[in-house]
Amino acid sequence: MQIKSVTFTSRPDLSAANKFSTAGNAQQGNVHQCKSQEEKSQKKLVLGCGALVYELVELIKHNPLVNQVVDLHCLPATLHNTPQLIAGEVDKFLSEKGADYAEVLVAYGDCGTAGALDTVLAKHQATRLPGAHCYEFFAGSQQYDDFMEAELGSFFLTDFLVKFFDRLVIEGLGLDRYPELKDVYFKHYTQLIYIAQTNDADLQEKAKQCAQKLGLEYRYRFVGLDGLRPVTKPIMQPSAFSNIESAFSNIEVNYV
Amino acid sequence: MSEQDDDFELSDLDDKELVEQIQDDLYDGLNDEVFEGVEILLARNWDANDILGDALVGGMKVVGEDFRDGILFVPEVLKCAGAMKQGMGLLRPILANSAIDLSLGKFVIGTVKGDIHDIGKNLVGMMLEGAGFEVIDLGINNPVENYLNAIDEHKPVVMGMSALLTTTMPYMGVVLEELDKRGMRKDFHVMVGGAPLNQEFADAIGADAYGRDAARSAEMASSHARSVKAC
Repeated sequence: MQIKSVTFTSRPDLSAANKFSTAGNAQQGNVHQCKSQEEKSQKKLVLGCGALVYELVELIKHNPLVNQVVDLHCLPATLHNTPQLIAGEVDKFLSEKGADYAEVLVAYGDCGTAGALDTVLAKHQATRLPGAHCYEFFAGSQQYDDFMEAELGSFFLTDFLVKFFDRLVIEGLGLDRYPELKDVYFKHYTQLIYIAQTNDADLQEKAKQCAQKLGLEYRYRFVGLDGLRPVTKPIMQPSAFSNIESAFSNIEVNYV
Repeated sequence: MSEQDDDFELSDLDDKELVEQIQDDLYDGLNDEVFEGVEILLARNWDANDILGDALVGGMKVVGEDFRDGILFVPEVLKCAGAMKQGMGLLRPILANSAIDLSLGKFVIGTVKGDIHDIGKNLVGMMLEGAGFEVIDLGINNPVENYLNAIDEHKPVVMGMSALLTTTMPYMGVVLEELDKRGMRKDFHVMVGGAPLNQEFADAIGADAYGRDAARSAEMASSHARSVKAC
């Protein structure tokens, strides 16, 4: 199965950590050519956070119906650490490409933009995933609230954040350069909750090590991909999700 | 500059050079050097308030501006704050025993309910202390009752609320509503701050001021406290 159109943005002022490729499927550069009116009327753009790239690629790759009508583009995952830049980056991309599509779904939550992202989305008549951030839309609002009610000092990791923990958390917070800052950042946290998109023993082991590095108690909860249903709605049947989750072990998405 | 040129004793510098060097060392997050520089100025009979204002607060202002302009990032700012804390550790007991009352009054500050983040709040607290406020730090995860109790007990000239999360910042509005209900707003200024906030949000919830960064927050609070004193 080939993905028709998957691109990943990289910015010259950011590190190689922001550049992605999908093995065998990547098409770097501008693949969003001006669409004919007929094609435009059928196309949906999913503009995603780079930290969701594995899940978004799989959702599209393993569903022919989705693959035919969805173009995927991901912004750099490091925006996770600079939420003040997210709305501007989304605006910039949609200003250039958004008009080519009949529908635009932005695979972000509010993500610390304090409504700035919603203002941009209203301008482009686009929608986003519900919730404040990926932890909430992956776990579901009720379960996320339950986590926080039980323990306010909860630090969350998703599959992506476990995989790239050293780059996005350790280096992102400067703990590689200043390990003494760990207590400044984490003194009020007590537990790390790995909300898993896949059932992967290796990732669970790595997540445990992440918790140890931060001196936090480790907890695990499988939450799957339900939070991303709006990406495929109304294209895909809900039953297809189980196939996608089981297919994750084969995905090869690497930093380049 | 050669390595040999870099190797010098702080005590060999004259006062002006030393103040500039302390500012540079603070910018570079060098705890020991800042501590030593402050020690030397005290040994030269510098007034603690002058050391605080000229060397430490002066240095942190540059840090705040460079953070705002995207030249410095959070880890580096935290290193700077740690260095300032070293210097403040030496000055605090002297300032507390100072015969001259330079206090601008009390500033009650705390992170709102549901939020455990205090890095920004602590930076603001340190800058406020440097500006001449007695800072009453309520810590993290404060329900409205904590603010009310602190206001009753301390009679602050300014109260500050901090939040890092978009999910917790609306609680600032809850606190302000309660203060309004009780008719307490005329007694003190309310400032709000935190990474996701902006002036628009501060206006919407009816805060008196929005502090976009630690240095600016301290300047705004000082300006308000001086105007109150002058009345």
